[in-house]
Amino acid sequence: AVVSTQSTGRSLTNMSGNYYFVIVGHHDNPIYEQEHCSRDGQSKKDDYRDLCQFVAHASLDMIGEHMWTTNSMYLKIVDKFNDWNVSAFVTAGKQRLIILHDIKNEDSIRQFFQEVYELYIRTAMNPFYEPNTPIQSQAFHQKVKVLCRRYLI
Amino acid sequence: MSRSRSAVDPKRVSSELFSLTYGCMVAQLLKDFENPEEVNKQLDTMGYNIGVRLIDDFLAHTPSVTRCTTLEEVAEILCKQGFKMFLGIVPEVRNWSASKDKFSLVISENPLAEYVELPPHCQDTLWYSNIICGVIRGALEMVQMDVKCTFVGDTLRGNDSTEIEIKFVKILEDSLPAGED
Repeated sequence: AVVSTQSTGRSLTNMSGNYYFVIVGHHDNPIYEQEHCSRDGQSKKDDYRDLCQFVAHASLDMIGEHMWTTNSMYLKIVDKFNDWNVSAFVTAGKQRLIILHDIKNEDSIRQFFQEVYELYIRTAMNPFYEPNTPIQSQAFHQKVKVLCRRYLI
Repeated sequence: MSRSRSAVDPKRVSSELFSLTYGCMVAQLLKDFENPEEVNKQLDTMGYNIGVRLIDDFLAHTPSVTRCTTLEEVAEILCKQGFKMFLGIVPEVRNWSASKDKFSLVISENPLAEYVELPPHCQDTLWYSNIICGVIRGALEMVQMDVKCTFVGDTLRGNDSTEIEIKFVKILEDSLPAGED
């Protein structure tokens, strides 16, 4: 692992890991997905995504239980599947932000969740955005990509 | 200590509430009419109805404003007092035409368009803040000035600036209502 100093002055361990990030709406529908997989081959990528969706969906029950046990929105790791850890963050509007990751880095993940939450709020304030529908905004997508690169890879 | 709560002026509304309300209205218009051009027209009409009423409120609250003799004076008062009073912003007056009958207002921070991102299907046709054009047109008509007011650029559409072009048409003479002689 290479230690790199971010512009904020904090140093974060540079991890090269796979991840899958999804925002889940009220009807258990994915509103936004972003992933990184170091495996090659299109079929492998499709399998990867399907498996990720399955694992994330399965973790929704655990999230549903956990969210009542704590006051904070960040739920840390709620579930595990083989190598994968599932971290979750439940927003005030009960949208679930879920990350599947293999490397444990609580601080990075917490910061990531916070920043994505703020981006999400901004998108939700857009009068043309219907809540619980897929987020199409390119601006949102670009910003989340930047955050993923900063905190999750 | 708790006195400060009751000191909140009941007439002031949070700007976020205002932006959200306007946004919901435009979104609903878009759903109802589906055609962005039609929505532009509706916003202009609504603005016109607001403008004809707003002008009296404005003139009542600014006794220092007297009858304007030139378009430059109109532009000055429109920006420095009109916009300031109702939207809290002061647009810049630019691009005077050679014959001084046309100018542009450039708005740097549009309070109506906070948090807004236009959906792709009306990215090139909808003028989100078109209500402002209607307000200006309606207000000036009540002071006997006929103007054409249109948007020529909007940062929401990807243009460099949010710009309204105001073109002076004519002075309206007081005329008898149709039918009377």
